[in-house]
Amino acid sequence: MDAEQLSRIQFALTASFHFIFPPLSMGLGLMLVVIGVIYFRTKDPKWRRLSFFWVKVYGLIFALGVATGVVQEFEFGMNWANYSRFVGNVFGSLLAAEGVFAFFLEGGFLGLMLFGGNRLGPRLWLFSIFMVVFGAHFSALWIIMANSWMQTPQGYTIATDPAPARAVMTDFWEVVFTKSFIPRLMHVFMASWTVGAALMMSVSAWYLLKKRHVELAKSNLKVALPAFILFATVNVVIFGANQAVEVTQNQPLKLASMEGLWESESCARMFVIGWVDETTQTTSGISIPCLLSFLAYQDINATVAGIDTFAPAPIPPINLLFQVYHFMIVMGPALAAIGVLGGLMFLWKRRLYTSRFVLSLLVITVFLGEATITSGWWTAEIGRQPWVVYNVLETAEGVSPVLAALDVLLSLGMFIVLYSLLLVLFLYLLNRKIQDGPEELEDVETAEVSSLPDTFRDIFSRRQRAADLGEER
Amino acid sequence: MSLNELWFALFVIIIAGYLILDGFDMGVGILLVPLAKDDTERRTFLNSIGPVWDGNEVWLVLGGGVLFAVFPLAYASLFSGLYLAFMLVLLVMILRTVALEFRSKESGRRWRSTWDVVFSGASLGLALLLGVAFGNVVAGLPVDANGNISISLIALLTPFALLVGVTTAAMFAVQGGIYLLMKTEGELYDRIARAMPRIMVTFFVLNTLVVVAMVLFQQQITQRYLDDIWPVIFPAAALAALAAAWLYVRRGQAFRAFLCSSAMIALLLISGGIGLYPNLITSTIDPANSLTITNAASAQNTLEVALIVAVIGMPFVLLYTAGVYYIFRGKTVVDPHGY
Repeated sequence: MDAEQLSRIQFALTASFHFIFPPLSMGLGLMLVVIGVIYFRTKDPKWRRLSFFWVKVYGLIFALGVATGVVQEFEFGMNWANYSRFVGNVFGSLLAAEGVFAFFLEGGFLGLMLFGGNRLGPRLWLFSIFMVVFGAHFSALWIIMANSWMQTPQGYTIATDPAPARAVMTDFWEVVFTKSFIPRLMHVFMASWTVGAALMMSVSAWYLLKKRHVELAKSNLKVALPAFILFATVNVVIFGANQAVEVTQNQPLKLASMEGLWESESCARMFVIGWVDETTQTTSGISIPCLLSFLAYQDINATVAGIDTFAPAPIPPINLLFQVYHFMIVMGPALAAIGVLGGLMFLWKRRLYTSRFVLSLLVITVFLGEATITSGWWTAEIGRQPWVVYNVLETAEGVSPVLAALDVLLSLGMFIVLYSLLLVLFLYLLNRKIQDGPEELEDVETAEVSSLPDTFRDIFSRRQRAADLGEER
Repeated sequence: MSLNELWFALFVIIIAGYLILDGFDMGVGILLVPLAKDDTERRTFLNSIGPVWDGNEVWLVLGGGVLFAVFPLAYASLFSGLYLAFMLVLLVMILRTVALEFRSKESGRRWRSTWDVVFSGASLGLALLLGVAFGNVVAGLPVDANGNISISLIALLTPFALLVGVTTAAMFAVQGGIYLLMKTEGELYDRIARAMPRIMVTFFVLNTLVVVAMVLFQQQITQRYLDDIWPVIFPAAALAALAAAWLYVRRGQAFRAFLCSSAMIALLLISGGIGLYPNLITSTIDPANSLTITNAASAQNTLEVALIVAVIGMPFVLLYTAGVYYIFRGKTVVDPHGY
């Protein structure tokens, strides 16, 4: 294998591993805000207990997200130097903006969130949590924006003098609001919220199965389950469906490739499960008639352009794309269905609490959810191949020209070992945290809640400062 | 002042911000194993940086993003040319993060002391690597006519670069030690205070060696100071700041000493930046291949957009940073909610 192939594998590995964590930071973070608001309104201490518990889990997730995120920023220059030279003007500025606007927001308030339970009053603590979660979303916004520019580039011109050729910005707002940006952003946000709610729901359901912390778990589930149903359903019905329309309009070859549609068809079928034979250019499997036409054009008789329409344009690896895409397409509705089933069992005389089968289904949703969003991200990235900037720059042209295959092999080996270790440690510690369960409030609270500063005025007031200085001297 | 010059200055300031802030938490890491004896003391060390290390590291991420946006050709050449070195930087950065995050999640002694050694070693490793990278940037790299750098990892380990690496580690130990003086009390404070003179003298000697080596062997950097004498005020001010830090440490005024050592780090970096200007990476093959603040830069409109982003964003950055340090000011208390 040459440096390019190894770099592709390494980038896919590191990006996929990183992508386990940010959606949880957003989704679990949102749920933490919800719990915090409920505590604030009800003053029932059980919600405060849950906040302490989930903040600790959040800290673990966030640390891994940060640790693996830096890798992504460095890899553009390390493995994809020609790509970086080509897109620096456009893509680099979005990445820098992410740093200035989002990372500092997260980094600044994370300490307050993780350490603030005993230092800040409930209102300020909730505010800190909100700011971290806001920062996580803000960060994702810039990344999706940059990636959307790679999918549907606009607002630039190619300058060749002096060498090397590069994309130069002509209109900043066109770069920001590319055609695919907002639909993709909404889809990713909603998917992340789904996974975050799934984590909370899974852990609550597991406690109910094991008959531990039962009252707390019931309360937690009553918040997580409706949120999960809402996010999962809305994402399938509105934002997922909208994604099909967006790809149809902006990247029709990608749509045809995702579905293995070799020739144009009216009333085009959509597969539930299938296999693409790329040598004979045939796709077979179980399909629903006319569904693809309906999703793409909201008209069952519409003609969907096949791969042949775009010849001789280069195509992505069709079967791989087909499989990851269909995994997402099947799992999305399945997750929503599990949620609805759980909701119905709850409404039916609270049978959910005793149904081991349904509770077990709820436990696995977080793993299924993670697999589903990863396959969604793969669909977006594999579907763009062989381009790195769609129809402008091929991935193969973007690789660093001086890179030795042996060096990449070494780094790939290092990442495989390091990330395996991290994954094992992460799961071990997460499991420990969950096994230990929420601690008693008396064990985590070291100060009287009412004595903690709960407004910025409390923190920065002159009297407070005078008292502190007095203590220090 | 052109936009390119302004961005060069801002880039130096961002890297200075990184070295000042992540410098003290690397320093705390370097001193963790030698100075903190039992678990409570180690937790005091770790909790002193607990609420702020993540924000500190963001400065490096910001530096990388700014280099990518503003000087993409330098970003691409440097990161791909020093591939394995940056891979090691990533390795130790990840190890630092996870060691800090994982060590207090279990109560076993073996578990904790293992992670403490990992954290301490990775902090030292990161300081050395950053220093070696900086030493190589100062000495120049083999940039070819296409802007590519081909150099093996071993070839980066020149005596000069290693000297800069060790000096950087000592500089962070000074910075971290002074930070710990603000955060500790009692017996632990006394022990750190007793170690400080040795650490500071070590740094001073090493730094003097670096300056001598630069004057003797790195004339591309010192030439500017010979052409134009006024920039000498920057290294001179750095020396004065170190002297002031020494005095404040002796008087037990840790906060003032910390401001002085922070100023010293910034002044040293600015002194290096002045020597490099207008090059970002000096070519050792042919000066015409050097990547400069003009030939490696993005187009003017990108520099403008990036500047607008910085003008809007940086006040917030400074506000959060100041706010967090203010809230977590004073001596570190180890409680069950921390590391």
